[in-house]
Amino acid sequence: MAEISAHSGPGTTDIRAHYLELIQRKRLYGGLTLSIFALLMVSGFLLADSRNAGGFWGGILNIFDFPAQVIGEASEKIALMPGHLVTFFPALIETINIAAVSTLVGAMLGTVLSLLSTRGLARYPRMIPLFRRLMDIMRAIPEIVIALVLIFVLGGGPVPAMIAIAFHTAGALGKLFSEVNENASLKPVEGLQSVGATWLQRMWLGVIPQVAPNYLSYGLLRFEINIRASAILGFVGAGGIGYELKNAISWGQGKFDEAAAIFVLLFAAIVVFDQISSHFRNRLTGGKG
Amino acid sequence: MSTDTLKAQADAQFRRKRVLNFGLPGIVLAYLVYVFFAFDIAGLAERARMDNAQTLVADSYSYKTHVTRDNRSGELSIAVEGERKGAYPDGQSPQWVTETAGATQVDLGDGHAVMFLTDGSMRYDVPGFGPITAKPGTRGVETNLNRETLPSWINLSKNRLAITTEAGRVSVTRNRTEVFRYFLGWELFFFTLDSPYHGAGLAEIVFGDQIDPARGNIAGAVHDFWTNAMWRHDEVAWAMFETILMAFLGTMGAAMIALPLAFVAARNFAPLRSARFAIRRVFDFVRGVDGLIWTIILSRAFGPGPMTGALAILLTDTGSFGKMFSEALENVDEKQIEGIQSTGAKPLQRYRFGVIPQITPVLLSQVLYYLESNTRSATIIGAITGGGIGLLLTQAIITQKDWEEVSYYIVLIILMVMLMDWLSGWLRRRLIAGNESGE
Repeated sequence: MAEISAHSGPGTTDIRAHYLELIQRKRLYGGLTLSIFALLMVSGFLLADSRNAGGFWGGILNIFDFPAQVIGEASEKIALMPGHLVTFFPALIETINIAAVSTLVGAMLGTVLSLLSTRGLARYPRMIPLFRRLMDIMRAIPEIVIALVLIFVLGGGPVPAMIAIAFHTAGALGKLFSEVNENASLKPVEGLQSVGATWLQRMWLGVIPQVAPNYLSYGLLRFEINIRASAILGFVGAGGIGYELKNAISWGQGKFDEAAAIFVLLFAAIVVFDQISSHFRNRLTGGKG
Repeated sequence: MSTDTLKAQADAQFRRKRVLNFGLPGIVLAYLVYVFFAFDIAGLAERARMDNAQTLVADSYSYKTHVTRDNRSGELSIAVEGERKGAYPDGQSPQWVTETAGATQVDLGDGHAVMFLTDGSMRYDVPGFGPITAKPGTRGVETNLNRETLPSWINLSKNRLAITTEAGRVSVTRNRTEVFRYFLGWELFFFTLDSPYHGAGLAEIVFGDQIDPARGNIAGAVHDFWTNAMWRHDEVAWAMFETILMAFLGTMGAAMIALPLAFVAARNFAPLRSARFAIRRVFDFVRGVDGLIWTIILSRAFGPGPMTGALAILLTDTGSFGKMFSEALENVDEKQIEGIQSTGAKPLQRYRFGVIPQITPVLLSQVLYYLESNTRSATIIGAITGGGIGLLLTQAIITQKDWEEVSYYIVLIILMVMLMDWLSGWLRRRLIAGNESGE
């Protein structure tokens, strides 16, 4: 007590000086971080520019050439548009089917993996790290890698894309699901255990009902992402609307009206499913909170 | 409430539960059955190329060395995977190939041995089967084999003899006689055959005598490893760097563009309703158009390369970030802003000191999460536009023979994504935790 009062005299100026010094140092660090970041951005940009086939400043002027061409040709043949939309609709359905099946399969696999890797629920507690690493690896592999390899073995078509996306989805959802599982109450599980339920029954009757709304919400979000992914995989030969898009584009001028129709379909599908899924997700999470 | 109504209620609830419990799996099952037929999964077994799968798997953990004799000139060449980059220089040969006065003996191990004789014929001693001789002539390949009783591992036609045993493969045609011997591992991963460091161990390079008189051991070894013609380590490293660069530029650029726009799109900051509406539609549009279409459009303007990929990521993510940032802005606490305002701060200062500190954690964690996920996207975009490791991967897959390179790239991609995952998690913990304790 005596010490504090003894120092109280010159303290305020001291504190002020310290404070200013602290602020200054903080500003310096902040400025340094910011300038390093700016330097990284600028040099990265210049590097990327120099390694690109066409330069940025040359390209930025032409950026509207291709869309203008496509729109021009599409508006010239606007009468054919409804026909094209009908022609490519089955391809769109295939793309959506790929996304839906892979989300379903991935979610099922992810559920199993997440239950196996959650502390307190796992069937084999010693294996938890193993299943976690497995999910990390499944998440880390980009879909295109598996898809390309499988296309070589299985031939083109929707199945390679489906397997590739499902594999990645299982890893991604598994991680999110296991975070949900950690918040699940263990009381129903213990209750079931006390009456002699097997692990499967405990999970199915004790855990799943608790976490289902969150699972569904994550699953819907994943479905949105997977529609985009399956369109991209189509572009490398896995069927669906992406494949048709690649054909229309590589044909070049004269088929751009078809490309425009595919753009419209893909854009519409993405927006519609975004809206639907965000509506349901809001309801699912809103009902809980 | 009477017992009857309660009972009826319970019954109704049970019915609903039952419908849900059986209906939902039923719908899923019905959908899967539909897909089973729509995707023609039953026909998949016929279309599947199991031989392709076999080469793929075998190639990814083993390699073969070709010993080839040109039957017209009698010239002998030995090359790893039959590629020029893997050819043994003249006069050099592996230990299992011995040349004696025109005749060449190729030892395939386990008692299997192939002789290239001076008269142009070939003799293969298969243990437990006896010697097979074959001589390519003007009328096709002449052999001592009985065409009636050929085992399944020998394939004989008029102009070609192919023998596949567990030790290796031999093929004789009029033009050339070839022997393949298989080895475990990835061939010439460190040094190609023309490098003086080929076959030298790590200890020998680091501590041993100078191998190449012109260069220091470590510098020379690093140089030869880096410029390895077979694996092109320098190009691969560049490609990985390009992929990460795409993800970095795209994510950070998107965040920088989206942040000011998000202020215009947030309900509590934007005075203009029409501007808010317009910006939101722009966000929805760039997000909805999707990376694939942006990639196509941009690669038309900028050509293939990392810039195109970075811009495609930037455009798509500007939409996603704009949406998330504006939502975060709408949830900020007004009290802090009012507090700053009460000290007489101008609007820009209010944003800087009242708003930004509040949303930084949300913002940073989103940006860092996207940085990791965009590393994967950059691989995919690179495969479409031609840039980064994605391009190398597609090229290696298209040639359909360098599967060891494909597996090498896959391993690298997985490591790269996991590294970015770890890095973004580490930064997130550091920055966000640091902010909480520091401010």
